[in-house]
Amino acid sequence: MAFLRRPLLLLLLVTHQFLQLWIASGSVNEEGQKQEEFYEELLLKPLPDRKVLTHFHFQSSAPPSTSNGRHHHLFPKAISQLVQKFRVKEMELSFTQGRWNYESWGGFDSIPSSNAKPPGVELWAVFDVPQHLIDALWKNLTHTLSGLFCASINFLESSTSYSAPEWSFPPALGNLRYGTLPREAVCTENLTPWMKLLPCRDKAGISMLLDRPSIYRGFYHSQRLHLTSTGFSSEGMDLGIILEQTLTVVLQPNIQRASLARTSEKHIQPSWSLSSIFGKEVNGKCVLAETSNVYLLLDRSLVAELKQLHKENEKSAEIVLTSENFWTNSNFELSAKPDRIFIEESSLLSKNSSILYKFEIEKYSEFKPFDLGLTWKIPVGWMCQQAPLHASRFLMGSGNERGAIAISLISTQPSEGSMGANFDGERCELRVDVFQVVPWYVKVYFHSLQVFVDQQPKAVSDIIGTIHVSPSKDKVSPGVMELALKLPCNVSSAALTIEFDKGFLHIDEYPPDANQGFDIPSAIVSFPNFHASMVFLENDYLNKSPLLSKFQEKSPVMSYTEVLLVPLTTPDFSMPYNVITITCTVFALYFGSLLNALRRRVAEEERFLKEKAAKKTGRIPLLLSKLSAKLRGRRPEPPHPPPGSSSLVNSKLVLKVVLVAGLAVCWQYYIS
Amino acid sequence: MEKLKKKIGSISFWKWVIASIIFRLILIYFPKNLNLSSRPEVSTPLTSFRRLAEGYWLKQSSMSPYAGSMYHGTPLLLSLLGPLTVKRIEGQPNHLLYSLVSVIADVVSAMLIRANGQNLQLAYLRTLGSLDLVKQIEGSELHSSGDVAALIYLCNPFTIVACVGLSTSPIENMVVILCLYGACSRLIPLAAFGWVIATHLSLYPAILIIPVIFLLGRGPDAPPRKLFLQRHQQKGRLNQSKLPPGFSWGPIIRFAFWSLVWSVYMLVLCGISLKQFDGLWEMFKSTYGFILTVEDLSPNIGVLRYIFAEVFEFFRNFFLIVFHFNILFMILPLAIRLHHRPCYLAFVYFAICSMLKSYPSICSSLSSSSADMSGFLFSALSCTTYGYGSLPFLMCNE
Repeated sequence: MAFLRRPLLLLLLVTHQFLQLWIASGSVNEEGQKQEEFYEELLLKPLPDRKVLTHFHFQSSAPPSTSNGRHHHLFPKAISQLVQKFRVKEMELSFTQGRWNYESWGGFDSIPSSNAKPPGVELWAVFDVPQHLIDALWKNLTHTLSGLFCASINFLESSTSYSAPEWSFPPALGNLRYGTLPREAVCTENLTPWMKLLPCRDKAGISMLLDRPSIYRGFYHSQRLHLTSTGFSSEGMDLGIILEQTLTVVLQPNIQRASLARTSEKHIQPSWSLSSIFGKEVNGKCVLAETSNVYLLLDRSLVAELKQLHKENEKSAEIVLTSENFWTNSNFELSAKPDRIFIEESSLLSKNSSILYKFEIEKYSEFKPFDLGLTWKIPVGWMCQQAPLHASRFLMGSGNERGAIAISLISTQPSEGSMGANFDGERCELRVDVFQVVPWYVKVYFHSLQVFVDQQPKAVSDIIGTIHVSPSKDKVSPGVMELALKLPCNVSSAALTIEFDKGFLHIDEYPPDANQGFDIPSAIVSFPNFHASMVFLENDYLNKSPLLSKFQEKSPVMSYTEVLLVPLTTPDFSMPYNVITITCTVFALYFGSLLNALRRRVAEEERFLKEKAAKKTGRIPLLLSKLSAKLRGRRPEPPHPPPGSSSLVNSKLVLKVVLVAGLAVCWQYYIS
Repeated sequence: MEKLKKKIGSISFWKWVIASIIFRLILIYFPKNLNLSSRPEVSTPLTSFRRLAEGYWLKQSSMSPYAGSMYHGTPLLLSLLGPLTVKRIEGQPNHLLYSLVSVIADVVSAMLIRANGQNLQLAYLRTLGSLDLVKQIEGSELHSSGDVAALIYLCNPFTIVACVGLSTSPIENMVVILCLYGACSRLIPLAAFGWVIATHLSLYPAILIIPVIFLLGRGPDAPPRKLFLQRHQQKGRLNQSKLPPGFSWGPIIRFAFWSLVWSVYMLVLCGISLKQFDGLWEMFKSTYGFILTVEDLSPNIGVLRYIFAEVFEFFRNFFLIVFHFNILFMILPLAIRLHHRPCYLAFVYFAICSMLKSYPSICSSLSSSSADMSGFLFSALSCTTYGYGSLPFLMCNE
């Protein structure tokens, strides 16, 4: 068997090599058209609270071409079909578990502002069709995605769960639809179909690191799929699509016992390596990828801190951190030698610049796996750069009838004037956009909107520049509120409150676990005057790397608030029959008694009764009357002769019975 | 002597009126109106003042007041009362102005009830006179029923709660009473106006048309004709002039004409105020449609939301029809039975409606217009117990 296996392996290897060659030669078409490309990149970044941010970035692109038709070499066919069928111009789908900690993980970089997502599923899409067709396309799109990613995205189909923001959602375009499912549980069944879209799956390249248990053990993970199509120009021409898949995971490295032995080292940041956080190593690049790089990013403030430490050692930090043998400097040690080092262009905002180390996976192979490790030697502490205001949201009030939503914005800058807001003449203004969707059963009173700046109530018209509201319609559409706040630059805290009534649902409209409560999706707070971008020196190279060129793009700073859980009153699910019967009984009682009261004529009835009593005969009534008379102490009335009506009564009874039976027979006949 | 008695009576009447007004004002000044406006027993989706404020806000920000399922009232009320939701006087309770408006509405309706009662009493005396029974009651002390009714209306805890609890029902009640007053005192345009506006405000007063027709056609008190005939037969002579007048169609035709005029006028007004939005159709859908389809399932003292929160979707329409027809079923038998006492007929209709309407509240016309007819207080009491009867439903739901 072993003899047989060897040539087979050889054959496989040869074909593999051949295929690789063919693909390489195929990358330039005879027409000179661009070919489909795939990039894989990984960014690692130590976080201040002893955690590590790992950000996988995969990008496949299919350029517009006429030759390919419906066939693709690398690009996932499912996605291109979806784009074509639903005329998607831009779309983003994210699955998130956990909450991005804006305070300690930063809120200003391009990573949090485009990769920190609300818990659960978030989907938005821009369509390239006239306005009236969008809703139908959106519904079909949700169903398709639901099937593609094994998630209940199809719940976004109902018009109560999605909305059409006009301007406050950052890709501010018309034809946008936005929906979230805050309670969607995200698990490996969603990751596997996402991974299937990669050309190498998780069999080779950086994606080999995606070990399911270590990812789902993390504090936060968000898998995102973003696609942009270059528009639908003319018929016959295929469209160009750029598919960007990112996975952002925040992990806690395992702290090695040995390093904890000494108490003095407790404050040292934990040392980690790829193999220790993922349990795997990279065995070389995915052969289909154009580039395959790993980056290590040291934050601006971390670099500043390191420089500070170096100054004490009387050395020029700049040289040490970027020199050839920096990786064994006195602060930390890298287990692999970086191939290149980038320094950020210092901007107006901060004098410090972050440093990026680049490692090329191409150089590593199965026999020499890539395993980047970072070992800290001295304790360092730093803070990530934060968005100008920290947004949080909470509920107020108690009881099952009403409540209020409050969004509080607290300044993260300790001192005044550090905000680089635009100076509008003399008055310095900080613009904040708030986008809030509330489900219809949370009935918001928009007239009750109140604004507090520095704990002082302010007139709404002073602070809120533009407001766009589309109130919720019961069982039809959610309420959407878009606000543009103009806060003074030296604001230290601001708060918005709005009151609501809790709606009551029909018994069928409650989800399975109704007593858990209902979620209000995250509000989006964005700062249109602030842009997160990292501009590195040596621009020529950066254009080749999609991840770094993404960093250079100006993306608006935005953050998501918490998801709120609103408890609603639940009816008694167990006994709808009881409710129906008791209500019907009440109605029958009312109806009967009223009819009775109407029909009766008291005086005539008394007379009738007297007559009847006069005619009364038979033994028992007679005895009874005697008895009652005796009890009353009166003389019994003389009995009257019985009228011969007993036979008549009997015949009447028989007639009635016959009539009813006849009716029943007729009815039976008619029914059959 | 008698005059003095009357004077004393009227003085004590005014005392009570002033006392009840002062009581209301005191309650208005309580912090946050004792939170009455948030009680489901007081404010229903139809009469809630907060919803009116929301509708006004939406209208001010150039959106249709019916956008969103908040406001379900008429646009006229919005233009009349809307500004009061925003205006605030420094240092005073938030909705002081509107509370004052509802106090005035209550006082006006009490005065109308009083006038109504006096009308009724006059008519009653006239019939007694034609039956030659005046002497029999001369000895007994005759209470001025109008005064008693007005006082009962003013001192009724339910009306006080309605007035203080920021709901629009005092105004609705006032319009209903205005309609009855117009019909009693044969002011046909006024009656038509009241009827049209009351119907427009809350739909159910539409059935008032039957008592109004009786009132206009035959006067407020018309005992059966055979009573007179019997009486005169006993005496052996028939005095035609003493017989009650028969049914006259003239006032009814005039009433129909005036109602037509008023409803056209009102629709034109509504159309103007909703011109830039979706127009009248949307108004009908979110006012009458909202009442008839029982969309809002938030708790109230009625039975309807209780069943519609749990009934199977398949049977919903059936139950809707049954419950609404329950009101209509009773119209004819009651009209036959009580045609000679139209005011009492109106009261019974109202009692039934306020029990069976889709969004009942304790301040709906049941308790308030009930006091209309002092002669039938006992039934008013029994009907309020009906209202209480439905309270347990609310409680077992909470």
